[in-house]
Amino acid sequence: MKYLSEFRDAELTKGVVKQIHHTTTRPWVIMEICGGQTHSIMRYGLDQLLPNEIELVHGPGCPVCVTSIELLDKAIAIAALPDVIFISYGDMLRVPGSHNDLFSVRANGGDIRVVYSPLDAVKIAQENPNNQVAFFAIGFETTAPANVTSILLAKSLGIENYSVLVSHVRVPPAMHAILNSPDNRVQGFLAAGHVCSVMGYWEYTPIAQKYRVPIVVTGFEPLDILSGILMTVNQLENKRADVENAYTRLVTREGNISAQTTINNVFEECDRKWRGIGLIPNSGWRIRTEYTAFDAEKRFSVDQIASEESSLCIAGLILQGIKKPHECAAFNTTCTPEHPLGATMVSSEGACAAYYHYGRKTDLK
Amino acid sequence: MCLGIPGKITEIYERGGLLMGKIDFNSVSREVCLAYVPDAKVGDYAVIHVGFALNLLSEEEALETLALLREIAATEP
Repeated sequence: MKYLSEFRDAELTKGVVKQIHHTTTRPWVIMEICGGQTHSIMRYGLDQLLPNEIELVHGPGCPVCVTSIELLDKAIAIAALPDVIFISYGDMLRVPGSHNDLFSVRANGGDIRVVYSPLDAVKIAQENPNNQVAFFAIGFETTAPANVTSILLAKSLGIENYSVLVSHVRVPPAMHAILNSPDNRVQGFLAAGHVCSVMGYWEYTPIAQKYRVPIVVTGFEPLDILSGILMTVNQLENKRADVENAYTRLVTREGNISAQTTINNVFEECDRKWRGIGLIPNSGWRIRTEYTAFDAEKRFSVDQIASEESSLCIAGLILQGIKKPHECAAFNTTCTPEHPLGATMVSSEGACAAYYHYGRKTDLK
Repeated sequence: MCLGIPGKITEIYERGGLLMGKIDFNSVSREVCLAYVPDAKVGDYAVIHVGFALNLLSEEEALETLALLREIAATEP
């Protein structure tokens, strides 16, 4: 068992697709929350295997895309300070802020480094005791255990020049926001499998019940996504609205308790602004006061920056499943991965980048 | 961003107070943090995200899912 090739089997895929066609009798709109799933769907062309009645809309599960422009502007300002080593996950560097991006700070001499893991950021702080080292901790629940561990490690090693600019977001409040929107079209959800591997899926039961929507925990390989869709369609056709798990090899209802406990020791819930969507109550995590010493927002006094979004970019509507990338006038004209107007065109998980890279420049259906 | 890759745990050790290990991703070896899978044993598979094991993979559940999918695929509509 390699846990990859088995879930890409062509014959099984054909069989599951056949069952989806057989089960579907009416139009249904299903949202995959996670940008990683959006990319799998586009990469393998899974949307084109589905009946015309099933429309997949792409959710806000891309932390690079939803990090607010105010926080990004703050990151850019901190990165430009002398003697600061600013550390980020790679995708964030080309995301446009109000006036520039992190890459342009680096081009002007800023010391900006990309890491694979937050533990690498702590190591850089340890090796550069005369610099302030600030880490841009973006992410959903999946990334939180790693990001909080970097704070705990810096504390236990007595590394005082390390701090974290936290832009953490959580899925369930975003689902409430999408379902409460008067423009909502979503009738069922594929829940993000890796978020659920940490958090479990008990938080989704009240959402399924309140809004009468099926929610199916779904993985990332073609067979995972298609079986998630089949289970969702089955529920929709049978007027059920339950939480089900199509990713049982990794996800349990309670999730990873030790990871949840550690997250809750370091982070607390807060309201957070999502780029393009707006403020969602209790949708974020911030550093608890016990760990304020590691909070980059407190450590660096950055002047109030007047943040300003592109007036052409409709990323907010795309992240809520209201519009598709190719419906944007700027898509593939003034907005491309080389010259992005919004984060959804930059990130490897952004819906606009997925449509651009996998040839979905027009509506194929 | 929530990209997670399955890999096989080949070594487990402690460093700097953290449970760490080596993971084999299809013959590429990397160091990862195993702090949140304290019950991990050499030979187990885990899903790795930004250098951390999110959780262990269950072979039993994987086989059950595949068996169920084979059954679904074989059903004549």
